[in-house]
Amino acid sequence: MKPKYFAIPYVGWMALFIVIPLVLIVVYAFSNASGGFTLDNFSNMLTYSGVFGRSFWLAFLATVICILIGYPVAYAIAQEPAHRQRTLMLLIMLPMWMNFLLRTYAWMSLLENTGLINKLLGLIGLPAAHMINTPGAVVLGMVYNFLPFMILPINSVIVKIDKNLLEAAQDLGANKVEIFRRVIFPLSLPGVLSGITMVFVPSVSTFVISKLLGGGTDLLLGDLIEMQFLGTAYNPHLGSAISLVMMIIVMIAMYLMNKFGSGEETAVMM
Amino acid sequence: MKKRQASPLGRIFMILVYLFLYAPIFVLIVFSFNSSKSRSVWTGFTFKWYTELFQDSSILSSLGTTLLVSVLSALIATLVGTIAAVGFFNMKKRWSTPLLSVNNIPVMNADIVTGVSLCLAFVAAGSFLKFKLGFGTLLIAHITFNIPYVILSVMPKLQQMDKHLVDAAQDLGCTWSQAFVKVIMPEIMPGIVNGAIIAFTMSVDDFVISYFTAGSKVQTLAMNIYSMTRKRISPKINAVSTLLFLVVMILLIIVNIRESRQNAEAERKKLKAASEP
Repeated sequence: MKPKYFAIPYVGWMALFIVIPLVLIVVYAFSNASGGFTLDNFSNMLTYSGVFGRSFWLAFLATVICILIGYPVAYAIAQEPAHRQRTLMLLIMLPMWMNFLLRTYAWMSLLENTGLINKLLGLIGLPAAHMINTPGAVVLGMVYNFLPFMILPINSVIVKIDKNLLEAAQDLGANKVEIFRRVIFPLSLPGVLSGITMVFVPSVSTFVISKLLGGGTDLLLGDLIEMQFLGTAYNPHLGSAISLVMMIIVMIAMYLMNKFGSGEETAVMM
Repeated sequence: MKKRQASPLGRIFMILVYLFLYAPIFVLIVFSFNSSKSRSVWTGFTFKWYTELFQDSSILSSLGTTLLVSVLSALIATLVGTIAAVGFFNMKKRWSTPLLSVNNIPVMNADIVTGVSLCLAFVAAGSFLKFKLGFGTLLIAHITFNIPYVILSVMPKLQQMDKHLVDAAQDLGCTWSQAFVKVIMPEIMPGIVNGAIIAFTMSVDDFVISYFTAGSKVQTLAMNIYSMTRKRISPKINAVSTLLFLVVMILLIIVNIRESRQNAEAERKKLKAASEP
């Protein structure tokens, strides 16, 4: 047998379990319970435009905060000697290996009204703060869970930057700030872009974090989809339509970002 | 030359971020030894949550499901994925490029979309073929999202391999399958092992896709924890977390020590080779 035919079983598998399920989402999105063609699922979605707005806004906030925290850390780690870098990156990844439900649960007990943070605030004489079941807590949960996904790609890109380039810039009279702004930062952009994807996609579609830390009152897209498939509001047609629209918006956003991000001129201008 | 290290400001920032990452886990671990159910007031040291944990049949059986589905799906995905990667590598670019982008869909897509799309497909197929969501569908779902990671870690190794090696082996009288076992396999082995490890950890960590494909009878550990956080909260969850954290930490330390030992070994060999005339 020729080796090029080796992939055939898996191509069949992909057709069955990747392509057909996605086609089913499209079919369900454009049909009603009796099987006829309809656009009602999309017009019904308008009532949920607030949920769309909130999900994308909170995911956007979480992504921006992840860049603001993750970039300096990834950069600082890259400055350390090689053997220490290994350990430091391992320590960044270690929490990621713990189930993310447990990580979210940990914050649940910290943020509660009678939780540890409020107990500590009370000890130093400050009034208790209401933190759990707020949008802020949801963003915190997203940042905590997905921050390693931002640090990882940025660090691996910065580490690979050719040191000769930095010396060349120095020889040509650039100071530290200029080297960072005109050499390191533009070259690290691909890492930032893949970090953005890896943080934004799980953030915008989460339902666990919003249920555990947001109290389930302010619905996010993930909650809405989950409700249509396994929850009280059983309606897989509407759920499919929401999934489809979410997928398309994310795809367009990623496409635009990569298109503008990869242009060298924009990178240098920034 | 100046010693390489981060600026003091960078160091302080780094320490703060590590505190942010580890403080919640630390609190979780400390309160797994708390004698009362409180998650904020320390009332005394106890091991009782751990003994209760090992008598809780629902937690133990869901842990068994998680391990079984992770091991099985990682093994099958590694086998199928490696064979498929060799196939893609030997195809014309015209064919392999679009197929590899389909392969990337489960990696790029939101977990919830992968989960609900498989759920729809399983329910539709189940009404025709008379089966219900359960361990079988859970396993298929895990294999489906694991294979892409195996392919993504085997492909680069195939591309790095010297193509003439296979030709040379065949010129020396190997059949293609002998060449595969004797030449290609050893070359791509690190990629295969890496893929298997990634697949296993993805399976253990998954909650969302399992949640939509396991049905109501079968429960993984993550699903069990989710239902516990939704109902009554017991420090048993803290005890589970602590044990899992320790297992992961020990595994990572072992892997890390092994790798750095191998690196040191390779370094020594290189030096030795260089010193010999």
